[in-house]
Amino acid sequence: MGRTLRGARVSLRSWGWRYAGRRAWACRGVDLDIEAGERVLLMGGSGAGKSTLLRGVAGLLDPETAAETEGEILVDGQPAEAARDRIGMLQQDPETSLVMSRSGDDVAFGLENAGVPADEIWPRVDAALAQVGFGYGRDRPTAALSGGEQQRLALAGALVRRPSVLVLDEPTANLDPPGRTTVLGTLERALDEAGSTLLIVEHRVDEVVELVDRVVVLAPGGGVADDGAPGDVFARRGRDLERDGVWVPAPWGRPPPAYRPGPGGDPLLAANEVSVTYPHTERAALHEADLTVRRGEAVVVTGANGSGKSTLAMVLAGLLRPDTGAARLLDSPATPLHAWRARDLCRRVGTVFQEPEHQFVTRTARQELLIGPKRAGIDRDAAARRADDLLARLRLDRLAEANPFTLSGGEKRRLSVAAVLATAPDLLILDEPTFGQDARTWSELLQLCVDLRDEGAALVAVTHDETFADALGDRRVEVADGKLSP
Amino acid sequence: MTLLQTSLTVNTAAPLARRDALVKLGAALVPALALLGSVDPVSAGIVLTAAVLSVPAWGVRWSGLLRRAWPLALAVVMVTAGNAVFTDRKGGAELIDAGPVLITTDSVAIGLAAGVRIAAIALPGVLAVLTIDPVDLADSLVRHLKVPARFAYGSLAAFRLAPIMAAEWDVLGRARRARGFGGDRNPVTAVQVFAGRVFALLVGAVRRGTALAVAMDARGFDASATRTSARYRPIDRGDVAMLAGSFVLTAVAVTLAVVTGAWNPVISSG
Repeated sequence: MGRTLRGARVSLRSWGWRYAGRRAWACRGVDLDIEAGERVLLMGGSGAGKSTLLRGVAGLLDPETAAETEGEILVDGQPAEAARDRIGMLQQDPETSLVMSRSGDDVAFGLENAGVPADEIWPRVDAALAQVGFGYGRDRPTAALSGGEQQRLALAGALVRRPSVLVLDEPTANLDPPGRTTVLGTLERALDEAGSTLLIVEHRVDEVVELVDRVVVLAPGGGVADDGAPGDVFARRGRDLERDGVWVPAPWGRPPPAYRPGPGGDPLLAANEVSVTYPHTERAALHEADLTVRRGEAVVVTGANGSGKSTLAMVLAGLLRPDTGAARLLDSPATPLHAWRARDLCRRVGTVFQEPEHQFVTRTARQELLIGPKRAGIDRDAAARRADDLLARLRLDRLAEANPFTLSGGEKRRLSVAAVLATAPDLLILDEPTFGQDARTWSELLQLCVDLRDEGAALVAVTHDETFADALGDRRVEVADGKLSP
Repeated sequence: MTLLQTSLTVNTAAPLARRDALVKLGAALVPALALLGSVDPVSAGIVLTAAVLSVPAWGVRWSGLLRRAWPLALAVVMVTAGNAVFTDRKGGAELIDAGPVLITTDSVAIGLAAGVRIAAIALPGVLAVLTIDPVDLADSLVRHLKVPARFAYGSLAAFRLAPIMAAEWDVLGRARRARGFGGDRNPVTAVQVFAGRVFALLVGAVRRGTALAVAMDARGFDASATRTSARYRPIDRGDVAMLAGSFVLTAVAVTLAVVTGAWNPVISSG
């Protein structure tokens, strides 16, 4: 198409957006000029309007969903909605950004929409696939790709349209550490080649900071709180940001909490030669794994996406019946955990799922804490007292009557943990408990886990979060291709 | 957690596998419509023989086909057995007489005719569906039937989410068990738990659907520009030959059935 590959200038003029049905503005009073080719990291506490601003710059906010708007967003002097074909966007979950079943077709999708003649499409698709270092042919099924590969494919789908501005909303949040590193490396090379302007929101920013040359902090009440080179902004405002729950990277942020060993105790849980093969798959997800967990001990399970670590967690929690072997509580070894009645299981084993919403079964936060004890046949008054304690301890007391699905991400996480603890289980299985959490909730979760362990509970945490693993783990188990190595 | 779905390996270069998606569906539909009109062993037998002989040309192996289509095979066996047992035409020699169950040579013939008919109606469709890539079907619908691209490719993207939702359904079941629910004898509780699980699944589906729509629009899916297609595939002579072959085969099967007197209309005019 002969367009020169360079970035566009993005300007926000007193811009604001209020969604229909909301009293508060998602974002307002933002004045910002981003020069062509600049690379900007957008920060701010949860609810500061980062995602709304990104969608606005991408020209993807539907005016019909707004109750009120103010100001304007210009891309090289044009309204953002009119400059849509110059903007590429990437979202958090690659599963929901791919359209086609074959990789090449998916990259071609954006060119077909732009009306690019058919004979120009495939050379451009091949160039974009090469640009992101895609290691397979065009016919590779998108379903057979790992998360990192899918995200690189999605990046190719954005780059193939030769965007002047790249808008990325937490592009590495769903990836395991190797996936994160390759996606960021690919992104940096692509930016060097194309010279596009970059606007990125990322949660855990340690690796992203090296990619950007400017940090913009949105103030919770509206407007821009700070703006400048990463080092300057973090030195000036690191403390405030941390108070708002924003992750501040080293060396400006607080150092990660130090590891303190747990008290240890008698073995509580033993899994013997458990293996799992899912239906319709040929390879086993888990190969004859053995694991023993003691009271007062926290075992951290790490491994790449798809390595079988979540499968292990589900077997240990008695939620998945293994094909061979069994997981048992050593003080009641007669019945393997997967054969326990659910109401008995929830009294001894608490499982925290990666997605808090998966766990909610009632209409209010308080009911969430009362339903487990009711099922387990725990005395009603004792359960009510414990529920109130937990709500207060996890800063949920003011939300006791709120519907669980309407809470913020951090509140949902805290509620899902509180609900599990309501039955006072002595074995806790946590699947990615810190996923997507802000710095404040993260610290509270860690402290809670440490306290529970010190009180004598046995903990198994499956996580990609190295900082969390280092601070909590008395012992580490690595899972690769369904095999455990202690 | 990744649940890899096994897919049937199809040699996409095989003569019938590489035909246009709509042509394949059409070629499978023609004999099926004719066979729905009559219950007789002649027309069904001819179509089934042709379909069975054509299997290698679709680029699928028998082993793979059986693995995917075993529910169909089971249905054929059930229909055959059911008709053999429950037909009221019990002439001919007795084969099995076990009280209420009487099977004779006539009743076996009736059963076989019914089974062959079901197999002959279903097998061509199964072969067509198994060898069609959904993307090709969407392309073909947009190009040849002028289905709106927004609908065709939007549906395609939505279908990609189906295995993700299936995996999520399992996770939701486990999450309920973890909270102490499941294995309930009380039907009211069971219904409540099921409804909650469905609700959580729908919340997730709406969220994913919204994200997917944003991702598609970010790549210009809602643009007003005329869409081009990267995979232009005209209807070629092979496609025409396949459709014509299907019509000829069907005509021959019906004619022979009528000539031999076997044609047995489902809806008789008398």
